[in-house]
Amino acid sequence: MAESLLKAVDIYKSFVGVQALKKVNFEIKPGEIHCLAGENGSGKSTLIKIISGVYSPDDGHMEFDGKSYSKITPIEAIKNGIQVIYQDFSVFPNLTVMENLAFNSELADRRHLVNWKRMREIAEEAVAKIDFKVDLDALVGNLTVAEKQMIAISRALMFNTKLIIMDEPTTALTKKEVRNLFNIILKLKERGIAILFVSHKLNEVFEISENFTILRSGELVATGSTSELDAKKFSYYMTGRDFQQRHFVPVNLSENPIFEARGVGMGGRFTDVSFAVHRGEILGITGLLDSGRTELALSIFGIKPIETGQFLVDGNPVRISSPQVAIGNNIGYVPEDRLSEGLFLSQSIADNIVISEIDRLVKSAGILDKKKRSAEIDKWVNELAIATPDPNNACQTLSGGNQQRIVLAKWLACNLDVLVLNGPTVGVDIGSKHDIHGILQQLAKEGLGLIIISDDLPEVLENCSRVLVMKAGRIVADMNAGETDEKTILSYML
Amino acid sequence: MMERNTMQPLARFEKLYSNDRHLWRLIFLIIVWMIFIAITRFSRFYSLLNFQTMAAQFPEFGLMSLGVMLCMITGGIDLSVVGIANLTSILMAYLLIQMTNASGMIPAYAIPLVFVLAVGIGAALGIFNGILVSKFHIPPILATMGSGELFTGICLALTKGNAVSKFSRTYARTINNRIFDLIPVQLVIFIVMAILIWFLLSRTVFGTKLYMLGTSATAAKFSGLKTDRLLIKTYMLSGVCAALGGMIMLANYNSARADYGTVYTLQCVLIVVLGGVNPVGGKGKISGVVLAIILLRMLETGLNRFPTISSYYISLIWGGVLILIMVLNYFTENTPRFRKKIAR
Amino acid sequence: MEMKTQTLLKKLSRRNEPYIFLVLLALCLLIEVRSGQFFSSNNLVDIASALIVPGLFAIGAFMVIVSGGIDVSFPALASLSVYATTKYLLDTNYQGGVWVAIVMALAIGAVLGAFNGLFIGYFKLPALIVTLGSSSVFKGIMQGALNSKQLTTIPVGMREWGTSSLFIAKNPVSGLTSRMPVASLAFVIVLALVFLMLRYTMFGRGIYAIGGSEASAHRAGFGVVKTKFIMYIMVGMIASLAGVIRVCMMQQAHPTNMLGMEMNIIAGVVLGGTAITGGRGTLLGCMLGTLLIVIVENSLILLGVPTSWKSVFTGALIIIGTGVSAYQVIRMNSTRKIKAKIQEVV
Repeated sequence: MAESLLKAVDIYKSFVGVQALKKVNFEIKPGEIHCLAGENGSGKSTLIKIISGVYSPDDGHMEFDGKSYSKITPIEAIKNGIQVIYQDFSVFPNLTVMENLAFNSELADRRHLVNWKRMREIAEEAVAKIDFKVDLDALVGNLTVAEKQMIAISRALMFNTKLIIMDEPTTALTKKEVRNLFNIILKLKERGIAILFVSHKLNEVFEISENFTILRSGELVATGSTSELDAKKFSYYMTGRDFQQRHFVPVNLSENPIFEARGVGMGGRFTDVSFAVHRGEILGITGLLDSGRTELALSIFGIKPIETGQFLVDGNPVRISSPQVAIGNNIGYVPEDRLSEGLFLSQSIADNIVISEIDRLVKSAGILDKKKRSAEIDKWVNELAIATPDPNNACQTLSGGNQQRIVLAKWLACNLDVLVLNGPTVGVDIGSKHDIHGILQQLAKEGLGLIIISDDLPEVLENCSRVLVMKAGRIVADMNAGETDEKTILSYML
Repeated sequence: MMERNTMQPLARFEKLYSNDRHLWRLIFLIIVWMIFIAITRFSRFYSLLNFQTMAAQFPEFGLMSLGVMLCMITGGIDLSVVGIANLTSILMAYLLIQMTNASGMIPAYAIPLVFVLAVGIGAALGIFNGILVSKFHIPPILATMGSGELFTGICLALTKGNAVSKFSRTYARTINNRIFDLIPVQLVIFIVMAILIWFLLSRTVFGTKLYMLGTSATAAKFSGLKTDRLLIKTYMLSGVCAALGGMIMLANYNSARADYGTVYTLQCVLIVVLGGVNPVGGKGKISGVVLAIILLRMLETGLNRFPTISSYYISLIWGGVLILIMVLNYFTENTPRFRKKIAR
Repeated sequence: MEMKTQTLLKKLSRRNEPYIFLVLLALCLLIEVRSGQFFSSNNLVDIASALIVPGLFAIGAFMVIVSGGIDVSFPALASLSVYATTKYLLDTNYQGGVWVAIVMALAIGAVLGAFNGLFIGYFKLPALIVTLGSSSVFKGIMQGALNSKQLTTIPVGMREWGTSSLFIAKNPVSGLTSRMPVASLAFVIVLALVFLMLRYTMFGRGIYAIGGSEASAHRAGFGVVKTKFIMYIMVGMIASLAGVIRVCMMQQAHPTNMLGMEMNIIAGVVLGGTAITGGRGTLLGCMLGTLLIVIVENSLILLGVPTSWKSVFTGALIIIGTGVSAYQVIRMNSTRKIKAKIQEVV
């Protein structure tokens, strides 16, 4: 076995009374692909920040290339070949690719003047390292997410890099782009560069990494070879709980569909899409990121109205031209990006719950009925078990799972017939994810029609009664969830 | 929720304080200043007449500040308030001239009529701003800067820069009256508007929606709020406030002119920020803004009681207070947040 | 070759400068057709000398807006530093050249700019609030502590510099003459220096980087706080220089007549295509925008429009100009969508 590249030994770290890391050990070898997993608050970002020198540990030490450090500064970390690629890639959208690539090394060299020719050379050299074809004079703001990531990777490679830490690198990538990213990671591995992957996506952990480390509440709970890990063990390590999968079986399906799409299409993003949802049913729609699934969801909710075909609510054709029309027809939408689209983070939990039904909580002519309002709030806080001491606290004080419950509560309060959920458990802890699935299944049993749009196949298979697969804007398969499996769905998706 | 009910009085007070730290700071400053004045210039400050004078002075910019506050809660700003005020007062001055008869009198319905018309004009100009911001997606700071310039331009074109006066003195006399010989009419107008806006913000659906829109326009859209109409209504209200401010200026100066009150544009923004409204949107209370208006007026009037000190120092003190309060907020509010961030 | 010109045209059409240039040209031609006076040598010189002070202010405002901030304090800052300088030199009965005045004003400007930079950079307070506050403070110091009144005489050095000219243009038809003041050289030098700084120094690129993303700039290794601090000092110095030039050209120091200029200056900068959200914009566009405002303010009279209509035109210009660029953003997003569509079909 080769010498380890980085070793963190017995790391302790606490912040104002909170023990963030307790005696954590971590090791990575040159050319190793290692996955660091853990729920929110498990301490994985703290560990990364200690490795990259942003924080210094309270106790313990690190060994890098055989040298021992009790703490390390960010500059020392870079000099030792450690590079971190953050989720936002740290790019400048307003500047050219060339400048984005060259700034770091120019600043590291403490240059004060700009030599555009040298900048171009540096940039050309950087993209050549991973065979990345891009117009150096293009503005980074106009590039795709995957291209921005490539810029971040090529930039990280310019410093005699030995270890690249990637924070949730696949979040906004299409399947094809993820494949491309994995190829590049494998190439880097050949060159002896170690990759530390921070992720909580199970399939990625299995696919790319050789070894894994899982943290929970600041403690190391498991580390070892990925080949010895399976889905059940993984979720147990992550949460400390055992989960029973509850496959959804619809009961009391309504005779007529509550919502129907007939040959709908919008601006070439999707065409000729037809489906029907009954009360008591959970319909799954899956597909790759660019399959048109999100656009379809936005059309159902009226954000991007359809151009051809028609929607029917309870058998009556309706023109859903805006979210207000959708809500008027008892359709709700849980958006993909909860933080920016679903919630008013700095406002109270209470207001977040009632905002969409607020026009109904009035005495007369727009005057708020405080009693009705607080009755609604208490009802939904209890019903969805939102964990908060006071609903007047700001929404941002809650965890991801509880925040998603607020978004659900907001729509349930509107007495819906149809609820569209786009990625209902993205970024939610495994424990909360389980609970949210339970809530959704319960809602269907109570007579709601649900549409789940997700690329999390286990989630779709577990919760939906029927699964539609979208590809390049069309529906290519319509299956009963009980009669299919991940492999079949994937074969339709790709 | 259990905790909330069993809270000790002291803890409850602490919570009250920490919820509205900014508000308490303003109250503290006002009290300190009042004590200081009481010790040094008691007789020249603490007279009924002095308070009545102050109460007649602040409504003109106070009203405009209320409008700016509404816009700032939505994450915007209104730099056209002075333009709206002047345009309204000039148009109404022309109307009053028309209605003034040879003996210098105006009919009894004239004053209610000009107020109704002023509200209408203010609303229309505000709607114009709202459309620029919501339908044309022009950043509010630029849209209202441009429209403010435009409105002022129309004033200049109409008046050639001259003052419009020579209308019946009855108007000014009526507005400068005191109800029961005690409360200035200007103050009454201000209080009516302030209560109306307080009611809108805290007791109506519109208010809740406004704060939510200011917090996140995207989330507002995804929650089914009619964001365009909300914005247009907000700027309309701001226009109405500004127009009423203009009508008070018309009375206080007994004339209207294109360049009256030009310093008010930035002064209003300053008051609103000092009142604790977050320029990014989503936060702010009318109580804070009213306190900031009062503090400002008291500082200025109090300073005037020291003849040896140039009254111009007021703007120094005032800018200083603004920066001081912001720095205090930085230390008290950023630090715990910073700590929380690390703990994550 | 054709491809090249096509891509060049495409690139140009996405920028703001060509549009504003065309608008400017159209306005000039219109004035020329109506009056026959616009392209006369003396009018051009008049416009050039009217551009000096707003142009200098605009350079400072431009840097601040590119960095993602906004500055409404520069007129007050300039008034204070130039008033303090003039007053001091008058009181000491100074008889020497203009250099002492310039250096002194620059020094005061640097200190006042540092005041802004301290709160915006180190305390991370919003620029709008800080500059609102500081503009009030500067006004207070000037009018309160310095007890400012209009100074109808200015030191001899400043007077001479203000009246000295590079050349004099004479209109052969009307016989009117116009001087090109020496101060225009100062404007050109500052413009060139700032252009070079923004383009060829890491400090200048840092201003753009911070305007694009402050967090990224910090991680890349730019000294964000220091860059902002130094930038506000520079802006203070540039504004003070503009103040000195204005006083010299007007031959008197008026404490308040620069106040209120901030709105039109910012309008000019934004009309020139500088994004109010920071990060984007060119000095060329900024100058074109400012020139447009200056011409509207100074040359409408040649069109037969009474000067009292000037604000109507500036206001309409700001609304239409910003409206068009807001519309451009919407259109750009939709063309990107169409492109995605085409790619999908292919």
